[in-house]
Amino acid sequence: VNDAVVIGAGVAGLTAAMRIAEAGGRVLVVAKGIGATHLAPGTIDVLGRVDGEPVERPLEALGRLGAGHPYARLPAGTLAAAAEWWRGRFADGPLAPYAYTGTVEASLPLPSPVGAVRRSALVPETMAAGDLRRGEPLCIVGLRPLRDFHAPYAADNLARQGYEARAKVLDLAPEPRPDVNSLGYARAFDDAAFRDRVVAELRGRLAPGESAGFPAVLGLRRPHAAWDDLERRLARRVFEIPTLPPSVPGMRVFATLRERLRRAGARVILNATVTGAERAGDRVTGVRVKVAAREVVHRGDWIVLATGGFASGGLELDSTWVAREVALGLPVHGVPGRGESRFAPGYLDEQPMARAGIRVDDGLRPLGPDGTRAAENVLVAGALLAGAEPWREGSGDGISLGTGFHAGGIVVGARSEAVAV
Amino acid sequence: MSEATGVLGDLMRGTLDHCVKCTICETFCPVSNVTPLFPGPKYVGPQAERFRVQDEPSFDASLDYCSGCGVCTQVCPQGVHIAEINTQARARMKETKGVPLRDRVIARPTLAGRLGTPVAPLANAALEAKPLRWAAEKTLGLHRDAPMPKFAGRTFQGWARKHESPSAARRVAYFHGCGANFYEPDTGEHTVAVLEHNGLQVEVPRGQGCCGLPLQSNGLFDDARTYVRRLTAKLAPAARAGTAIVGTSTSCTLMLKREAIEILSMEDDADLQVVSEHTYDICEFLLGLHDEGALRTDFRELPMTVTYHAPCQQQGHGIGKPALDLLALIPGLTVIENDATCCGVAGTYGLKAEKYPIAMKVGAGLFQQIREAKPELAVCDSETCRWQIEKASGVKSVHPVELLYRAYGLA
Repeated sequence: VNDAVVIGAGVAGLTAAMRIAEAGGRVLVVAKGIGATHLAPGTIDVLGRVDGEPVERPLEALGRLGAGHPYARLPAGTLAAAAEWWRGRFADGPLAPYAYTGTVEASLPLPSPVGAVRRSALVPETMAAGDLRRGEPLCIVGLRPLRDFHAPYAADNLARQGYEARAKVLDLAPEPRPDVNSLGYARAFDDAAFRDRVVAELRGRLAPGESAGFPAVLGLRRPHAAWDDLERRLARRVFEIPTLPPSVPGMRVFATLRERLRRAGARVILNATVTGAERAGDRVTGVRVKVAAREVVHRGDWIVLATGGFASGGLELDSTWVAREVALGLPVHGVPGRGESRFAPGYLDEQPMARAGIRVDDGLRPLGPDGTRAAENVLVAGALLAGAEPWREGSGDGISLGTGFHAGGIVVGARSEAVAV
Repeated sequence: MSEATGVLGDLMRGTLDHCVKCTICETFCPVSNVTPLFPGPKYVGPQAERFRVQDEPSFDASLDYCSGCGVCTQVCPQGVHIAEINTQARARMKETKGVPLRDRVIARPTLAGRLGTPVAPLANAALEAKPLRWAAEKTLGLHRDAPMPKFAGRTFQGWARKHESPSAARRVAYFHGCGANFYEPDTGEHTVAVLEHNGLQVEVPRGQGCCGLPLQSNGLFDDARTYVRRLTAKLAPAARAGTAIVGTSTSCTLMLKREAIEILSMEDDADLQVVSEHTYDICEFLLGLHDEGALRTDFRELPMTVTYHAPCQQQGHGIGKPALDLLALIPGLTVIENDATCCGVAGTYGLKAEKYPIAMKVGAGLFQQIREAKPELAVCDSETCRWQIEKASGVKSVHPVELLYRAYGLA
């Protein structure tokens, strides 16, 4: 029997699993496929905006989010501890010296792929020099065959907001392919010969003191070396800006967490869809998983549910507006009922559906409609939680890291208590 | 009609509508990561499939560079059956363009086995003779350096006919596959010994032929279905008696469990249905015994270092890596898990002259890991992968059950 079965292989699930495995617990991760790491920018954004106002010090603003927000479930100090843990995973991880920098106390304003300002708490070292507070002139470097990043568009938008920014687009292709994406460039940037070509193209075309912002494709296997090499040879600050998927910084996150999880002895099964729960009283004793030819049951003392929200398929909504949590069938909270408003007119307005999800108590246990616990040994983490609106708040992956870290800590605590008894 | 048909065929194809173009599959594709000749699973799969019209010719040749490893389906978070869509589309393409003689030959391991076994020394010498391999490359398109297994000169079935398994309350049926039958009868015999050591009576259904997987990968769907029907007719009586069928050929057990149903659309085949429900990969089965406390753990110390590579097809079972859990029970054994995705060979893919260099590039990371670990053995669940690993890394490669056999002191 596993100490924990973790469902989902995104930031929340992998974080919870790794904390438990690192403490010596037997962990099984089951997931339908790879999680959202490959789609997200690879930054931990704790809180960028509340009530439409930018937030520079996320921890101080958490109180303004309200009691229904997932952050309100975290004991004081959790986010700071989770941030330290996260930096530590990379500091001696398989991609080291590639490292994370930043704190949850003060966030960094960084350019987004379209040249908007995004505030991130923890960022790869390769993005940190994009800090717009520096006030340095920026040259956004595009790569013409890479259709997932438009340097002139980003530069124009930055300039419109008062930053000194221009674009320079290079005609460099890594190899002849019909469909070049960030992955192909990341492989190329791992190669010193390709970096030579980039440096040669840019030499003499950058103004003194200008920082160079590249799409986030500066290496997959040795990103620190690629970035450091460009900074030294271009003799200026170089930084990465996230791209459309696949997200290379996100792939670095996955590679690091996956390898460390393997080293910690956890098991990971992909292509395994959870179809239901085995229950005994108020506990879930195992999860039913559909694999080749049959369904199998994986048993665990704890079940950590981190399957994501509607976008990741953890929640489904049918044509009669009935929402379903697909893995364990937990009650879904916050779906507008019959006669209630279901959509707001503007795409980026607060949508009535946005905060739907699983409501939990302070121990991350799922709650039923009447506010009582729906299961004693199930912990819910990540984007599946009700009460957040990550894309408006700028809390993406902050919620996943914080609640995944907390969920892992709950299991670790319960195990050591059991040993002590 | 070679195409996938029926309700399940439509359902497989229908999953392409779940594709959100996230490109996660492309980041994991072992082939498109090393060559621009294959544009990637998303590109030739859910994207190109929209332009393929039923009953109309299909010409997109880049599709043929898919090795069929199935990793794309495994990693897709949206449940798109990318590998299945691609394999079906390739069959339609081959129907349009024709299937080369070479593909028809290498897709029939039982035929090669039956022809080669009686004249094994001659056949093995021919497979090692450089001028003949050169000629085979020029005429057939079989790469001169591609790994070719050696004929054992005897068959596992021949051994099994003479072998009397001690009667026991619990029985299993052993599905040996072509690999154990013609090339590695030791693996088959040692598997039987390990099962018997655990108090199981082992029956070997007679006349087992090929599972049809190589034919399926080469787009010969009608022939593949014939092979599936022939094999499952032999295995179905055991399954109907409630006996578990265990196999040491992990890609062939996956074929019976799922691929023949999902790719060849044979969901209505009664024999296949019952065989599928009762089929287990040997390590999955043995770990199941261990979970119920029924696996003997009287292992001797095995003081050696081995590497373990889980083949792509093994990962397709969705059972994790049971071999690692089993090997962890052996005292003194150090197991280094390889974290590479694929060895490149993908059954018959790496044998083909135009694909051999790609297969070697795909496997380069794995071969390097194995060489650097300096193991005594490289452990792997699939025979074609073992042959590829052995040839490319120079390290002898065995099935995990071989180590159990040694640790039980059965050698």
